[in-house]
Amino acid sequence: MTSLANLSLAAPELLMAAAGLVLLMIGVYQKGDATRLVGWLAVLVMVVAGVLVLKGAGTDAGTTFKGMFVTDAFAVYAKVMVLGASALSLILSLGWLAQEEIKKFEYSVLVLFATLGMLMMVSANDLMSLYIGLELQSLALYVVASFKRDSVKSTEAGLKYFVLGSVASGMMLYGMSMIYGFSGTTNFEVLAEVLSEHQATGVVVGLVFVMAGLAFKVSAAPFHMWTPDVYEGAPTPVTAFFALAPKIAAIALFVRVMTGPFADLIGAWQQVMWIIAVLSMIVGSFGAIGQQNIKRLMAYSSIGHMGYALIGLVVGNEEGVQGILIYLAIYVFMNIGAFAIILSMRQKGRALEGISDLAGLSKTSPLMAAALAIFMFSMAGIPPMAGFFGKFYVFISAVHAGMYWLAVIGVLTSVVGAYYYLRIVKVMYFDEPTEAFDTPRLANRVILLVAGVFTLFYIVYPSPLLLTAQAAAKSLFAY
Amino acid sequence: MYVAAIFLPLLAAMVAGFFRHWLGDRGAQLVTTGAVFASAALSAVIFYQVAIGGQPQTIELLKWISSGDLQLSWALKFDTLTAVMLIVVTWVSSCVHLYSWGYMHHDKSVPRFMAYLSLFTFMMLMLVTADNLIQMFFGWEGVGLASYLLIGFWYEKPSANAAAIKAFVVNRVGDFGFALGICAVFFLFGSVNLDDIFASVPQFAETSVVFFGIEWHALTIIGFLLFIGAMGKSAQLGLHTWLPDAMEGPTPVSALIHAATMVTAGVFMVSRMSPLYEYAPTALAIITVVGATTAFFAATIGCVQNDIKRVIAYSTCSQLGYMFFAIGVSAYQAAVFHLMTHAFFKALLFLGAGSVIHAMSDEQDIRKMGGIWKAIPITYTVMWIGNLALAGIFPFAGYFSKDTILEVAYAANSGVGMYAFVLGVMGAGMTAFYSWRLLIMTFHGKPRADEYVMNHVHESPWVMLTPLLVLTVGALFAGWVGYDWFVGELRETFWGHAIAVLEHNDSIHHAHEHTPGWVKLLPLVVSVSGIALAYVFYMFFPGIPAALARWLRPVHLFLLNKWYFDELYDIVFVRTARALGRGFWQGGDGALIDGVGPDGVAAATRDIARRVGRLQSGMLYHYAFAMIIGVAAFVTWYMVHKAG
Repeated sequence: MTSLANLSLAAPELLMAAAGLVLLMIGVYQKGDATRLVGWLAVLVMVVAGVLVLKGAGTDAGTTFKGMFVTDAFAVYAKVMVLGASALSLILSLGWLAQEEIKKFEYSVLVLFATLGMLMMVSANDLMSLYIGLELQSLALYVVASFKRDSVKSTEAGLKYFVLGSVASGMMLYGMSMIYGFSGTTNFEVLAEVLSEHQATGVVVGLVFVMAGLAFKVSAAPFHMWTPDVYEGAPTPVTAFFALAPKIAAIALFVRVMTGPFADLIGAWQQVMWIIAVLSMIVGSFGAIGQQNIKRLMAYSSIGHMGYALIGLVVGNEEGVQGILIYLAIYVFMNIGAFAIILSMRQKGRALEGISDLAGLSKTSPLMAAALAIFMFSMAGIPPMAGFFGKFYVFISAVHAGMYWLAVIGVLTSVVGAYYYLRIVKVMYFDEPTEAFDTPRLANRVILLVAGVFTLFYIVYPSPLLLTAQAAAKSLFAY
Repeated sequence: MYVAAIFLPLLAAMVAGFFRHWLGDRGAQLVTTGAVFASAALSAVIFYQVAIGGQPQTIELLKWISSGDLQLSWALKFDTLTAVMLIVVTWVSSCVHLYSWGYMHHDKSVPRFMAYLSLFTFMMLMLVTADNLIQMFFGWEGVGLASYLLIGFWYEKPSANAAAIKAFVVNRVGDFGFALGICAVFFLFGSVNLDDIFASVPQFAETSVVFFGIEWHALTIIGFLLFIGAMGKSAQLGLHTWLPDAMEGPTPVSALIHAATMVTAGVFMVSRMSPLYEYAPTALAIITVVGATTAFFAATIGCVQNDIKRVIAYSTCSQLGYMFFAIGVSAYQAAVFHLMTHAFFKALLFLGAGSVIHAMSDEQDIRKMGGIWKAIPITYTVMWIGNLALAGIFPFAGYFSKDTILEVAYAANSGVGMYAFVLGVMGAGMTAFYSWRLLIMTFHGKPRADEYVMNHVHESPWVMLTPLLVLTVGALFAGWVGYDWFVGELRETFWGHAIAVLEHNDSIHHAHEHTPGWVKLLPLVVSVSGIALAYVFYMFFPGIPAALARWLRPVHLFLLNKWYFDELYDIVFVRTARALGRGFWQGGDGALIDGVGPDGVAAATRDIARRVGRLQSGMLYHYAFAMIIGVAAFVTWYMVHKAG
């Protein structure tokens, strides 16, 4: 008789799964509009899950569900980020739902399930669990992308995302089947053992397909094409959500897959990864230049940021992974802040998306303009903002690994990228003001403040993040 | 006391400069003039102790640079040479400070002017008291700066700005030579301290350095480079073009900086380096030739100029040439002697000219003067005395020093010495000629100014005349008093170790021993003839110069246009530099750097951005296709890579 799976390791996920079902029930049986109630309950669930994740952090790494599920410092770090990003974007969403008078509690439940999928991805220790987590996340995201059913753009975005996501999933499944066929296992640890002895060509081809699927999820070039259209078409809070939590989960998964089971194949995938990273940086920086819509701009921005984060993966060692983790944490703060402002771009209740709508913001609402300027400077990687350090750690890891070209290209594309980030600052500070925006909601202002303070003052006290990321990266290379 | 003498003018300059609104005109005048007078009084004491008492000393103020082998301090070196320069600088400066009270009376920024003057004085004192070459360079550049500020003092005038820039730029050429010379000194001797250098010169007498594949005598190279610096500051042939233009500055500035002190810095520096030059005979020969040529060349131009200040400026240039060829024949003492007497009578002439200009309502063209000697008798008298001194008529100051210079040139008994002697004598004749041309045209004959100006001709106030009288005393007696000390019997005890002359080079000694009588008399005869000629030309038969100018039109034009030096430089340097600059600007910077650099990159960025944007068609199947192609490309890459 096999022993029962150690459920305590998966406590946060179990909680969220159960809570999702309960919230669904509450939503259905609640008289009147349950959107607000379910929404805040979902936030609460995420917070509790976060606490559980942190509580589990003390115990040693372990696997459960017959080795399909793993918990280690890396997973804890990524999960906390995912939960935090999800919760924050859900809070932003709730305000938006209220403002747009969309009374659908399913939104929060979908976000909850998507987050659950992400946690599964982060903890995946088997190709099967990887796929289940990924699909759970994706299916939920397809729906939220087209959540504004009466909007053509929103439905188009959802459909595009769904079709292309399916293609990516198909490719990934195909790759997994090849890997299984050539190695005889789907478990990461076993795969690592097998591949350390024998590296079949079929496995590598399969790995390329898996990489394509994962690259799609992180919206890395050349699998990025969906991003601008979906970001622009999806409702703004959904865009914010897309830009944050799924990216973190996908990158975390990417890192775990590449440095875990396929660590010995680094010679094979490193160059492919190099191209993906470089292409992403180039597309992210050049593509954004011509954009007039700020959500589209953020899409290219996120493509670029993923490119920078992937530098750490190309390097493929502990230092690189540490760089990625720091980068992602800073990325979350910069983006949540920027989206808090984008979601506050309203005139007389009407939401705006054009960059030109920001004209003269420094005169109409100076604090908001200052905050956005901080985020833009940070994203451009200008010291002393936090964004500079994010880039610094990944670049330095590339330099230490002797990959000078990667670092040089990264720096050059940051320069190009600085152009469009600074253009926003220029529009806000030097262009003639238009009508003033409505006063942002309290939640937006609080999030803005927290994100702004972090971005501006990270330089003062960087060591907690630094050390945590280091420990997390170390756990990944323990075996 | 020694330190105070040097730093009082700096203190005054700072006070007058920074607190000018608080002090007002009179306050600034009192502070600066007081400080310089105090400095002059202290200098007299220093001169007495150091030169006459024979107690040279060095005062170390503080460590300045300590970098590897390069060790130097801010230190003040007082020996006879320094003491002489101190007297010259502080006394002339005092006169000029006082004179400025009257001359600059109507100006609206008097404190600024006084502050600049005091700053200049301080820098000049730094230069002459330097105990190492770097510190000397500091003073050297400092006086250059002050000169720039004062030439361009009336900065509303474009011509003043142009002249200031010209002076600065031309001096850069010389300073570059000086800086290279200092580098070469450090390279060879491993030190820039004067005493260290002089102590080790004999060891390096025969050393050569290889440069551009050719072996050069090291000391000659150094001597030549340092002399280039001296040429710039002292307006010697080739680098003289800035000096006449510098007359754009206020006249007291011309008197102080561009006649008496700064322009003689080159003479001082080369004399200071005499122990080194004594071992570089080739460099000395070059100095002789350049100096003699300058003396002759500037005199020829002086004969035809019509601006009262420019005539005196060319005369200054010419007299500096005399000093240099004296140095060239190892008669440093004679050079410094002439430097000293010249400072007095040339400052006198300039301040007198200023007095004339003042009287003539700011008119500077001597063709528009004349017939005013009765109206301004004191100015007239002092100008006479100044010109007598300049022409070298016995017993005025110039006679002693200039005659000595011509004698030593003859006594040097060398080819270049004879060249210098011949040109020098001819120059002396011309000096007398243009001096009296100036005198006669300015003061005698029929008035050529309009009635309004003539009615306003007036003698200058006493605050301007007093300095003139003080300088007159110098012009009268400086030569007679100084002769024995500087170049006469007492010279060895007087100079001590300040100036070194090798025994077989001692041309002053030769001059005393074996100069034929006609050599002593010739300059005087030539000068008197020059004066007589001027009288014939401009007093008795005023038609001759015009006829002569018509008859010798090319020569006249050649001289009037100052040997076409400015035009030559304009073509050779200014236009080429401008064309080169334009080429670099439009071709290099505009087309190449901007085009390929910022503009090109920006254009390429926009272009790439457009292409990337175009890829984003919005079509689902395009996107899916891109993904498939991507995977296919990666797999192919991997396969090819693995096969390869």
